[in-house]
Amino acid sequence: MAWLVWGAVALFLVWLLGVVGSVLVNSFGERWFDTWLPAGWTTQWYRQAWTSFGLFDVIVTTLEVALAVVVLSVVAGVPAAYVLARRPFPGKQVLWFLFLLPIMMPPITYGIPLATVLYKVGLAGNLSGVILANLVPCVPFVVLTMTPFIEQIDPAIENAARMSGAGTFSVFTRILAPLLLPGILASSILVLVRTVGMFELTFLTAGPTSSTLVVALFNSMNAAGIRAQQSVDAMAVIYMLVMLVLLVTALRFVNPTQLVSQVKEEPPE
Amino acid sequence: MSTATATPRSTENPQRKPDLRHRLAERGVDARLLLLLPGLILVLVLFVYPFLYGLGLSFQPTDGGGPLENYRRFFSDSFQRDTIGTTLWLALPAALFNVLASVPIAYRLRGRFRGKRLLTTVLVIPITLGTVLTAEGLLNFAGPAGWLNRALAAVGLIDDPLRLVNNYWGVFFSLVISGFPFAFLLVLSYLSGIDPSLERAAASLGAGRWDRFRLITFPLLVPGLATTFCLTFVLAFSVFPSAILVGDPTGSTRVISIAAYQAAYEQYDYPLASTIAIVMGFIELAVIGLVLAGRSRFYTGTTGGKGA
Repeated sequence: MAWLVWGAVALFLVWLLGVVGSVLVNSFGERWFDTWLPAGWTTQWYRQAWTSFGLFDVIVTTLEVALAVVVLSVVAGVPAAYVLARRPFPGKQVLWFLFLLPIMMPPITYGIPLATVLYKVGLAGNLSGVILANLVPCVPFVVLTMTPFIEQIDPAIENAARMSGAGTFSVFTRILAPLLLPGILASSILVLVRTVGMFELTFLTAGPTSSTLVVALFNSMNAAGIRAQQSVDAMAVIYMLVMLVLLVTALRFVNPTQLVSQVKEEPPE
Repeated sequence: MSTATATPRSTENPQRKPDLRHRLAERGVDARLLLLLPGLILVLVLFVYPFLYGLGLSFQPTDGGGPLENYRRFFSDSFQRDTIGTTLWLALPAALFNVLASVPIAYRLRGRFRGKRLLTTVLVIPITLGTVLTAEGLLNFAGPAGWLNRALAAVGLIDDPLRLVNNYWGVFFSLVISGFPFAFLLVLSYLSGIDPSLERAAASLGAGRWDRFRLITFPLLVPGLATTFCLTFVLAFSVFPSAILVGDPTGSTRVISIAAYQAAYEQYDYPLASTIAIVMGFIELAVIGLVLAGRSRFYTGTTGGKGA
C-alpha cells in the first residue's frame, strides 16, 4: 500500500516536472521540433515578450489591481469577520450564507451579470471595474480566513480595554489590530495570490489598458500564430515566478493547513 | 451587555419597559453591528444586485417571446443544452479523483517527518502555475511530439503517439494539476484536525491499521471530504480558459462557461448570457446541495483535533 501511494506522488511530480520543464526549455530554446531538446539556447524570447507584450505596463497594472483589492477587502472584511466571529445577532445565519455564496459560485455566473452592470454604469473596461469585480470573492475570502484568527483572541482582553474606557475604534486600532496582524498579513497575501491568479473576473471586465498578467497571457496564447509560441512561454515563466514569490512569502506567514481547522502542531524542540 | 432586569434609563418611557435600544441590545443588536456595513454593502452592491439584475435580464429575451423564452431556447437547442452534460462529465470525475487521490496521500503524510514542509511546498507549487502555463506545458509535454510520447515510444510501450491534448483528457489533466494540490491541502488539514489519540485508543483495543482507518478516521473525515469535494467541484465546474486552450472548445470540451461567454461577448446577447449564467449557478448549487445534504447524514461534531 505504501509504495502505491509514494508511486502516485512520484508520478504526479514527474508529470509536473515535465509540464513545467517543457515550458522552461521551450522559453529558452531556439528551434525545437522533433528532438528531445532544442537546437540551441537563447534569451531572445524574454526580450521579445518584454517589449512586444508591454510586460512592464501589464505588471504595473497587475500590482495596482492586486494592492487595491487587498487594501479594500481587508478594510471591509476584517470588521465584518470580527462581528460574525464574536456576536450572536438575529439574521446571522443569513449573513453567513450571503458571505459564503460568492465563494461557492463559479466566477462566470456572477461575473457576466456584474460585467453587464459595470458596463452600464461606465465602470468596466478600466482599472476600477477590474478592482470592483475582484472584490466580490475577496471580501468573503478575508471574512472566512480571518474568523479562526479572531476566535483565537480571548474576549477578556477586549472587555478589559472597554472597561478602561476604550471605544470600539480604539479597541480595534490599539488592541485587535496588533493581535490580528499575523492573520491580516496571511489573508492579505492570500488575497494577493488569488487576485493575481484570478482570470475570469478580470477577463470579463478588463479593457485593453487594464489587463492583468493572466489575461494578457491568455489573450496572447489564444491569438495563436500572431506571436511566437516561445515568447508566450517566456511570459508564462515570468508569471509563474511572480506567483511563486508571492506564494512562498505567503507560506512563511501561514501554515496552509491552518486555514481550515485550527491545528496546533507540537512545537519543534 | 445588559441583563433582562435592567431598568429603563429613559424617563420618557412611561411603561416600565426597557427602551428600544436596550431591547435590541439584549438580542445582540447594537452600534457595533455597524462594523458589518462596509462588507455587507460591497456584497449587496457587487454580488446580490448584479445577480438579481441578471436574473431579471434573463426573463427579457432580446428577440421577444415570453419571459421564459431564453430558457426555452437554451434547453431546446442541443448545442447549448449539451454543455451541461459536458461540464458535469468533466467536473464531477475531476473533483472526485482529486479528493479520493488526496486521502491516501494525506493519510501517509499527516505525521511529522523530515522533509514534510518541502513535500507540502512542492505539492502546493502547481497553484502558482496558472492555467496558461499548465496549458502550454501540457501541449508541449503531452503533445504528439512531446517528451511523454517520446519516452513511451522509446521504451516501446506505444507505436503511435497517444492523443492526450486538445481533447477531454487535456482538460482533465489540467483540472488535476490545478485541483489536486488544493484538495490535498484541505484533506491534509482536516486529517490533522482529527485527534490521533482516537486511533491509538482503537489500536490498544486491538484494531488493525485498516480497521482503524475504516471505523475511526474515515467517518470523522467524511464531512471534511464533502467540503473539499464542493470546493474542488466549484473550481472544476467553472473551467474556462483550459477548456479553450488544451481542450476541444467546439466539441468535446465545449463547457457551459464557454457558451455563456460566447452569448455575451460574441453575440452580445446579454439576456441569453445571463440565462446561461443563472442555469450554470443553479446546477452548481444543486450538486453542492446534494453533497451537503449527504454530509449531514454523517457525524459532524467536533473531531477533538490537536487544537480544536
